[in-house]
Amino acid sequence: MSRKGADIVIEALKEENVEVIFGLPGGAIMEVYDALYRDGTIKHILARHEQGAGHMAEGYAKATGKVGVAMTTSGPGATNIVTPIADAYMDSVPIVVITGQVPTHMIGNDAFQEVDIVGITRPITKHNFLVRDIEELPLIIREAFYIARTGRPGPVLVDIPKDITQQFSDVSIPGMEEVKKALPGYKPHIEGNMQQIKKAVKLIMEAKRPVLYVGGGAVSSEAQEELVELAELMKIPVTTTTQGKGAFPENHPLSLRMLGMHGTYYANMAVYNSDLLIAVGARFDDRVTGKIDEFAPDAKIIHIDIDPASISKNIIVDVPIVGDVKIVLRKLINELKRKGAKVMYPEEREKWLEQIEKWKKLHPLTYRNSKKVIKPQYVIEQIYEVTKGDAIIVPGVGQHQMWAAMFYKFSYPRQFLNSGGLGTMGFGLPAGIGAKVGRPEKEVFVIDGDGSFVMTMQEIITAVQYRIPVKVAIINNAYLGMVRQWQELFYDKRYSEVDLSVQPDFVKLAEAMGAVGFRAEKPKEVREVLEEAMKIEDRPVILDFVVDKEENVLPMVPPGKSYRDMILEDGKGTEAETMYLVG
Amino acid sequence: MADTVGGSEITVAKAPKFRQTRKGQVRKHIINVKVRNEIGVLARIATLIAGKGYNIESLSVGETHEPGISRMTIEVIGDDIVIDQVVKQLRKLIDTLKVKDITDVPHVERELLLVKVHTPTARARDEVLRIVEIFRGKIVDVSPETYTIEVTGDEDKIDAILQLLKPFGIKEMARTGKVAMRRELFNEENNLD
Ligand SMILES: Cc1ncc(C[n+]2csc(CCOP(=O)(O)OP(=O)(O)O)c2C)c(N)n1
Ligand SMILES: [Mg+2]
Repeated sequence: MSRKGADIVIEALKEENVEVIFGLPGGAIMEVYDALYRDGTIKHILARHEQGAGHMAEGYAKATGKVGVAMTTSGPGATNIVTPIADAYMDSVPIVVITGQVPTHMIGNDAFQEVDIVGITRPITKHNFLVRDIEELPLIIREAFYIARTGRPGPVLVDIPKDITQQFSDVSIPGMEEVKKALPGYKPHIEGNMQQIKKAVKLIMEAKRPVLYVGGGAVSSEAQEELVELAELMKIPVTTTTQGKGAFPENHPLSLRMLGMHGTYYANMAVYNSDLLIAVGARFDDRVTGKIDEFAPDAKIIHIDIDPASISKNIIVDVPIVGDVKIVLRKLINELKRKGAKVMYPEEREKWLEQIEKWKKLHPLTYRNSKKVIKPQYVIEQIYEVTKGDAIIVPGVGQHQMWAAMFYKFSYPRQFLNSGGLGTMGFGLPAGIGAKVGRPEKEVFVIDGDGSFVMTMQEIITAVQYRIPVKVAIINNAYLGMVRQWQELFYDKRYSEVDLSVQPDFVKLAEAMGAVGFRAEKPKEVREVLEEAMKIEDRPVILDFVVDKEENVLPMVPPGKSYRDMILEDGKGTEAETMYLVG
Repeated sequence: MADTVGGSEITVAKAPKFRQTRKGQVRKHIINVKVRNEIGVLARIATLIAGKGYNIESLSVGETHEPGISRMTIEVIGDDIVIDQVVKQLRKLIDTLKVKDITDVPHVERELLLVKVHTPTARARDEVLRIVEIFRGKIVDVSPETYTIEVTGDEDKIDAILQLLKPFGIKEMARTGKVAMRRELFNEENNLD
């Protein structure tokens, strides 16, 4: 049947089972919005800024594992969504972004609202397309979804000139076979090489001091069951990155929680002193490794990752295994069992686990609470309690993000949705809205900074309009706190341009936008306002927690330094002579 | 020495230990890339290499016997390890079908040179002609003042003839950049790039 290009877009989206689009219309994309309106079956959330729409699509994708969809007009609409695209690229989030473009014959003429968004996003998309012919439109949309969700997931952009959305065609929506055939150069590896798996098995059985280091790849491949089984089978302690949180439950006795710059003392000690590091869907980011040549200096490394280009990128590994984490771990477990799952050096292994327990007792994650001022860590702990540890937590970027990562304990995958790679302030609120749209049954708590929140706070209006009851806890320290912390520690307290003491009244702001606002200024009010907030189910809630302004995130491995240079929670260094098994 | 660590008996060594980090050798690499001939594919490849901070020394693209498929030969100077990374990332591009660094495998490489040499005198013309013959080149254009010469060969040969022609005065020149292909090895099955 002959129909407009715009209708073909909607048809193809329905074929992909898209249930919601986050976006904002404009001239070049109006035909598609008209088709959306006429069709009436796909829900649309009207963001107040395209950056918001992009992060909403990311939050939706991160929370559900499905592909998130965002749609904008050409020119400024397209450039406004560049940051979320880069964010999704860095964190391997499957999103498809559809942008309108000026009509084909005007491309390259500096037409009104023309921008070369395909060129701009080339280095920050997994792939992108400019549609040149209505006949290829449905195939391209299906290819975009296929590329976004398979292999190492990532953002894909489809730029559609206006004339193509207006033309008519009877082209049919292609099936999956046709989509795959159209992409001969795209073969996402999934299986994992058996020879390599056998080598890994040998190393694991022979290891004296093994550690599992788990990243976001374990979350996107849904490998939590395999991880727990492997860890328990071979008694291997597990540390995760911020992206890997929830892939292994943090209340499990083998959990070391997070490693890296703001990792726990015991996770970093364990990694530093390990003799075998099993990296699972992680990419040895510099925020994790610190100084690379002092990262786990005595360890052999097994690296399981779906992306061959991630392997030996930042660090040379001994046994690379390219494949889907879940599939490879399953094969690894089977092979271990076939070999009797033997620990060759049980005595050393026992000692290792004992040692880790000692490290845990020596420097647990802690802070000094106060009766006078609200400590940010205390707020997070209280959020943990009122939500019974079951909420999806979505932070902004800064100190509050790290406190959220440290003081909320995560037990299931897709529970901590974080802008890890790009570190995008302003991510929290819109991503939280997207998450709540995808997982309405879950409590969604955005834990934001006073700086981060104002970067995308207009999306409160969106949440009000669609009655999306996200909770937003602002950890209000009246500073760009993380930058202030670095200035305190590394720039002799020269606080250059980090003062946020001029702020809106967040409670009034909430009310002005149709949300509910609360403020807590004393420790005893924290629990009260949280409990009040939990009663509200039909609107977003903003909680303004006025906290200790100069609290620092500790422990900390200073940037570019080794784990040995860690600053502990008391502000002191590690006792270098006695703490290291590995010199 | 034996020592107690956090209260338990484990041997402790105190001097810091360092992870082996490999640094590659910096040298010229020849990378063959088979691509789908789509709009923007060249830009994608160039963006990726430039993103590593490397300059493309030469690049040649042309059609192959398969419709819609082109082949590129890219010459780039870089650290072995970074180039290995580049190759892996090139493979990840949706439009690339095959990517191979053939620097260290037996291969043939050729480049075409067009060079316009100043030859105002009979003596200059004689000498240049002799050089061209030795290098099995061709004179493809003549004017009272110049010869335009075409030569193909590997890098050494092209460099050598340029060296010899230089004293006469080079007015203009263009090199195509390399095209390269793996040598067909006998009794080896999978010899296709
Ligand atoms: C868009 C953007 N701009 C700048 C930065 C650099 N940056 C990182 S953390 C931070 C401070 C964040 O302040 P706030 O949101 O109040 O969080 P806090 O650290 O105070 O908890 C800044 C400016 C960034 N990550 N993102
Ligand atoms: Mg702040």
